[in-house]
Amino acid sequence: MSHKVTIPIGPYHPLQEEPEFYKLVVDGERVVDIDVRIGWNHRGIEKLSETKSFDQSAYLVERICGICSTSHPLAYVNAVEDIDEIDIPERAAYIRTITAELERIHSHMLWLGLAGHFLGYNTVFMWAWRYREPILDILEAISGNRNNYAMMKVGGVRRDIDESEIPHYKKILNDELLPALEMFKGAVLDDPVLAARLKGVGKLTKEDAIDYSALGPTARASGYDIDVRRDEPYAAYDKIKWNVILQEEGDVFAKSVVRILEMIESAHIIIQCFDKLPRGPIDANVKQVSPGDGIGHHEAPRGEVIHIVRCDGTNRPVRHKVRAPTFMNFPSFKKTVVGETIADATIILAAIDPCYCCTERLTAVSHKDSKTIMGVQRLIHLSHHKTWDIGKAMGFSDKELIEKMGKKIE
Amino acid sequence: MSLKVKALKKSLWVFHLSTASCNNCDIEILDLLTPRHDVERFGIVLVGSIKHADVLLVTGIVNKKCKPIVKKLYDQMPKPGFVVAVGTCSAGRGMFENTYMVDEHEPLDKVIPVDAYIPGCPPKPEAIIDGIVKLLKK
Repeated sequence: MSHKVTIPIGPYHPLQEEPEFYKLVVDGERVVDIDVRIGWNHRGIEKLSETKSFDQSAYLVERICGICSTSHPLAYVNAVEDIDEIDIPERAAYIRTITAELERIHSHMLWLGLAGHFLGYNTVFMWAWRYREPILDILEAISGNRNNYAMMKVGGVRRDIDESEIPHYKKILNDELLPALEMFKGAVLDDPVLAARLKGVGKLTKEDAIDYSALGPTARASGYDIDVRRDEPYAAYDKIKWNVILQEEGDVFAKSVVRILEMIESAHIIIQCFDKLPRGPIDANVKQVSPGDGIGHHEAPRGEVIHIVRCDGTNRPVRHKVRAPTFMNFPSFKKTVVGETIADATIILAAIDPCYCCTERLTAVSHKDSKTIMGVQRLIHLSHHKTWDIGKAMGFSDKELIEKMGKKIE
Repeated sequence: MSLKVKALKKSLWVFHLSTASCNNCDIEILDLLTPRHDVERFGIVLVGSIKHADVLLVTGIVNKKCKPIVKKLYDQMPKPGFVVAVGTCSAGRGMFENTYMVDEHEPLDKVIPVDAYIPGCPPKPEAIIDGIVKLLKK
């Protein structure tokens, strides 16, 4: 006999930093269903962006998310530059790469700490956040602020990196960060406690990762080889040597491994960039944006972030669309959480490194009975529907699309 | 100063409420607990329930969906207690003043009484400590 109980997590749950509401349906210890309700963090940034000029919008999208405060502006300036196909100066491209990778290290480090905190393993939390501080120091020295860097600008970057400071930054990376990352690699990966808690938990297979359009470390931990930094290079990613980190298992442990190895890779990217940093201007002095559509992307710490900007020749975007990576990773909960125990649910939910403030681009529409709120099923359906429409527009027939997607989407 | 406030000042228990924030202030608050700043040595602890807390730290703008919850949480807080608005968003809403998601003329201090404001986007951890110290001296 089964007896199903609904457990609410959130919207203001002590474990979560941000407001979010998960509805777990459990049968005894096992989770049998999950639903997510979003919208607590909605601020209407896309609409607000239409009231700001192209230069001001860069500051606005920075405040979509505090952790991804380089990713969003970088994707945004890529989108605006895409309209006119502006080539940015080489030095600016390198500085963009340096800030983006510094941000990736700080974000992954933050995740590692929080993951430890979610497991009740506060030692990891304290150690990870202690080694996050030198990175924030470098960012503060480069940009003037610990979190919102304001480095990106249409056509270049706002601040130059002082040549005389570079040996100091490299010393921090080589002497403080890399040994610490090696220590994490050894300590976390060989830790029997973490292995017992994380191995085989919340498994996402490669097929599911592709079906649910997972992105970033979530997809790469399942063996799905996807990274826009390599697939469609921008900034200076095609000028330096680096590897995409892949793991096959797809469980929470593999996701941690991917993140730790990515931090080491990022540190090497930054050191290479410092070595190769060319001299020259940092700004292409863009005066006007011509009418048209532009698409820009960036591999944020959590996956690919896409910005679409439409311009009608004035100094403001007519439409600005943001698609954050967590939005794509959310539906994979349906595969990872269902069937696991309640105790493991929080770490699985945290494993995709969810960033709600990035995700909340969508307002749930509630009718009078206040029941029609966007759930996971609805989001998946919308996504399928969109893929179907795009396929139609590309000239595929119904039969071909049914073959590709498995069923007809109405 | 009442006896209750005097006792409360010895060891502050803090509840952290993130309304519609961008996460920056939240991570700076968590940063306070970690080794570089380590406010736990002053007896400041983050707690899981508002019913245990002396201080309510609010970050982010108060949007339409969060407003009733902010009120409800303030009502549940044991008095006397302090409310601290961390960051520009909760103090004056900054660049989000004109979005459709907020009620006009209703920043945080019109919804619940606020004792201290710590401006900054985000405020540095040192600034947050400074703000709390100034509040306690008052």
